[in-house]
Amino acid sequence: MLTASGMTKSFLGHTVLADVSIEMFPGRVHGLVGENGAGKSTLMKLLAGVHQPDSGRLVIDGEERTFSHPVQAQHAGVSTVFQEFNLLPERTVAENIWIGREPRRGGLVDTGRMRRDTAELLEGLGVQALDPATVVRSLSVAEQQVVEIAKAVSHDARIISMDEPTAALADHEVELLYSIIARLTGRGVAILYVSHRLKEIFRLCDEITVLKDGRLVTHQPTTELDEASLVRHMVGRSIESFFPDPLPGTEPGETRLVLEGVGNGYVDDVTLTLRAGEIVGLAGLQGSGRTELLEGVFGVQPFTRGRMELDGRDTHVRSARAAVRQRLAFITEDRKAKGLALNQSILDNALGVVRAVFPGTTERSRKEVPGVLSSLEVSARGLDQEVQYLSGGNQQKVVLTRWLSIAPRVVLMDEPTRGIDVGAKHAVYELMRRLVADGVAILMVSSELPEVIGMSDRILVMRDGRLAGELPPGSTEEQVLALATGAELTEDVA
Amino acid sequence: MKTLTRSHRSGTDAASQGSSIGGRPPRSRAPMTTTGIIYVVLALVVVVGAVLTATQGRNFFSVTNISAILTALSVLGFISIGQTLVILAGSLDLSVPYVVSLSSLVGGGVMAGRSENIVQGVALALLVSAGIGLVIGLLVTVLDVHGFVATLGIGLVVSGYLAVNYQGSSGSAPRDFRLIGITRIGILPISTLIMLVIAALVIVLLRRTRLGHHLYAVGGNREVARMSGIRTATPVIVAHVLCSTLAGMAGLLLLARLSVGSPTIGSQGRYDLLSIAAVVLGGSLLAGGKGSILGTLGGVAIFAVLDSTMDVMSVNAFIQDVIRGLVIVLAVAVYARRSMARRPARFDRPTGVKAVLKEAQ
Repeated sequence: MLTASGMTKSFLGHTVLADVSIEMFPGRVHGLVGENGAGKSTLMKLLAGVHQPDSGRLVIDGEERTFSHPVQAQHAGVSTVFQEFNLLPERTVAENIWIGREPRRGGLVDTGRMRRDTAELLEGLGVQALDPATVVRSLSVAEQQVVEIAKAVSHDARIISMDEPTAALADHEVELLYSIIARLTGRGVAILYVSHRLKEIFRLCDEITVLKDGRLVTHQPTTELDEASLVRHMVGRSIESFFPDPLPGTEPGETRLVLEGVGNGYVDDVTLTLRAGEIVGLAGLQGSGRTELLEGVFGVQPFTRGRMELDGRDTHVRSARAAVRQRLAFITEDRKAKGLALNQSILDNALGVVRAVFPGTTERSRKEVPGVLSSLEVSARGLDQEVQYLSGGNQQKVVLTRWLSIAPRVVLMDEPTRGIDVGAKHAVYELMRRLVADGVAILMVSSELPEVIGMSDRILVMRDGRLAGELPPGSTEEQVLALATGAELTEDVA
Repeated sequence: MKTLTRSHRSGTDAASQGSSIGGRPPRSRAPMTTTGIIYVVLALVVVVGAVLTATQGRNFFSVTNISAILTALSVLGFISIGQTLVILAGSLDLSVPYVVSLSSLVGGGVMAGRSENIVQGVALALLVSAGIGLVIGLLVTVLDVHGFVATLGIGLVVSGYLAVNYQGSSGSAPRDFRLIGITRIGILPISTLIMLVIAALVIVLLRRTRLGHHLYAVGGNREVARMSGIRTATPVIVAHVLCSTLAGMAGLLLLARLSVGSPTIGSQGRYDLLSIAAVVLGGSLLAGGKGSILGTLGGVAIFAVLDSTMDVMSVNAFIQDVIRGLVIVLAVAVYARRSMARRPARFDRPTGVKAVLKEAQ
C-alpha cells in the first residue's frame, strides 16, 4: 500500500535519517520504535510532507509520489496525528475538522452539514458523546486527539501516522484510543504507530521497525520479538569513555536536599535525598515527570504535598525567586526561551540572576564573570556581544556562568548538553565534576542514557510521575530503559 | 504565536478532570457566553444610566435621548466592526482616525455642496479608504510587518498628508447628503440602521463564508491555517480593506453630520483607541482568533450609554476618561479570569501584549 525506500534526510549537515525503508499494509499496525533522536519523528514528517527527503522513493498504491506540503500528503491519503496538535483552541470541533475545506451550499458555508458530517465521523470512531459544536479549548487531551484522528479520517486517509499518541493520555483514555485504532484497521486503514511504551507496541502492532541513530536496525513481525530483544535492538551500543572521572577526594558529604512524598499535580509521592558532592541522574521517558520534579524543587510548579528540606531545614519554595534565595540553581532544558535573554549581552545575561535576587553582590560578580567565562572557554567577541550570536555550546556556558554567580549549593540541570557540540559537552561535564568537588549537589535530568550512566553517582528512574526505582552507577542502558518503560526483562539482560 | 501544544503534563490534567468520552452525555455548555455577559453588563449600565438620568429630572428612555445615544453609537460602530475584523485576523489598525478624516475631506471636496455629486463623492471617499486598507494589508502579509507597526506608519503618512494639504475644514456636504445624519425611522436614526445592516452582513461573512472561517483560523494560529491549506494572506488583506472602508464610511457619516470635511475629526474622536477598546470590551482576544461582532456592538453600546449618562450628569471630561478606562480594564480582567478558570493549563496562549512584544522583537 505504501512503500518508502532509502529515505535520507539531513539538517545543517547532520544526518538524522539514513537510508531507511518501511512498508505498510492495509489494516495493519506498524510499530516504529527507537530512542530519542533515533529519527522516528523525522521519518514521520517525511511521510507527512512536512519535510522533504534528500533522497529516497515514496510509492503509494504503485504510484511514486513526492509531497511538498502536508495538504498534498493528505490528498494522497496519508494523514498524521502529531504530538503537537494542529487545532485552533477557540474554534469548534466541526470547524477544526473541516478547516480549509468547509462544505458550502449556495456559496455559504453549510454549518448544518458540517455538524452532521462531524457527528457521523465521530460515530464511525465509536465516539458519540463529543458535541461537534464544542469549542476545542474546553476538551480534554484525549478528546482533542479524537478530533485530530477524526480530521485525519475525514481526509479519507488510508494511512494514519500517530506520534506517541498515548504519551499524554490517562490509562482509561488509552483504551478508547485502542478501540479507535481497531475500528480503523477494521476498515483497512494502515497505521504507523510511534511509541516508547513497549507494552502497547506489543499489544497493538503487527510488525515492528527499530531505528537507531537515524538508521534502520531491524524490521520483524511482532511475534518474533520479545521486550528484551526489542530493548537490545533499540540500545545496542556501548557507553563511550567520554566522561571525565570524578576529581580526587570527591565524597558524598552532608545532606543537601531531601524530598519526602512530594507531589505537584505532575509528579506524585517522590522521595529522594541529595548529598553534597553527588551527581544524581534522573532518567525517564519524555513526559514521565522529570522536568516537573525539578520545577517543583525550584518553585516553578510548587509542591502541594509532601515535605522538602534544604541543608537540614524544612522549607517551602513557592517561587523561583525563593529558590534562588536558598541558593538553588536551575539550568532549564530550553535555554533560548527560559535560560537567556537572547538580545542582551553576555555580561547582562551572566549577571541576570544576581542582579535580580542579590543586587548587593552584583559588583563583585561583575568582576568575577570574565574569569568564570574564560575558565569555561567561552569563545565570543567580547562581554558585550549579544548571546543570540553565540553557538549553542557557548550559550549554555553563559547560562552556567549566570547560575555560578549565585554560588549555588544545589544545581538542578535539565538536559544540560542538549543541542551543544562535543567540546562544549565535555566542558559541561568537567564543570559538573568541579562543582561537586566543591560540595555542590547536582540533580541532572537527561534523555541521553550514556550521559546519565557516565556522569551519575546514582540513577533515579521516573515513570508516570513517580520514581520507578534507583540504579547504582555502572548500570546498563537496558536496565534504565526497563525501569523507564516498565518492560520486564529476561534474566540474561537484567 | 504558539501552536496548540499537547504537553506531556496534560495527562494528569485529563485524568484529574476524570473525563471519559466513552459513555458520557454531551457536556453542558458554559453557563453564559462572553457575549452574554457583555449584554448583561450593557443592561446594568442602562439601568444605572436610567436611574442617574432620572435624578437629573430627565427621562433616559425618551425618544430624543435614545436616538441621541443610537446616533453617537453609529460612528464608533462602523469603525469598531472593521477593527473587530482586523483584530480577529491577528492584526490591528491604528490608522482609522486619519482615514476617517481623509474620507470626510475627500467626500466633502468632491460633493462641494452639490447633490448631483453625492454618488461620486461617496464612491471616491470609499475607494481611497479601501486603497489605504489594501496597502496596509499588503504590508502586513507580503512584507510581514505587524499590523500595529504597519498602521502606525500608514496613519502617520496620512496624517502628514492631511496636515500639509488641509489647513482647516474644507469641502461641503449638500443638503440631501446631510439628511443621512439627521433622518430617523421612529427612534432609529438612519445612520444606525445602515451600521446595523453592515453589522449583519459582516456577521454572515464571519459565520457563513469560508473567508470568515479562514479569518478566524489565520488569527487563531497562522501556522495551523497554513498547514490546513488555507491561503493565509487573503483573509488578512480583506480584513484590512474592509476595516479602512468602514472607517471611510464613518468619515462620510461625520461629513453628513457636520456638513464639512475636517482634517482633525478622526483624531479628535480618538477612534483608534476607542475602537480597539470597544472590541476588547466586546470580548475579543487582542491576539486574534476569538471574538464576535455582536460582542463588539455591545461594547460600543456600553460606551455610548456611559457617555450619555455622564453628559447628563455633567461629569468632568477627565473623570469621564477615568471611568471609561476603568470599565475597559475591569471588563477584560473579568473575561481573563473566566477563561483562565475554564482553560486547561496546556493552552499557553500569549496575551495580546505578549504577542505584540513578541512581534516587536
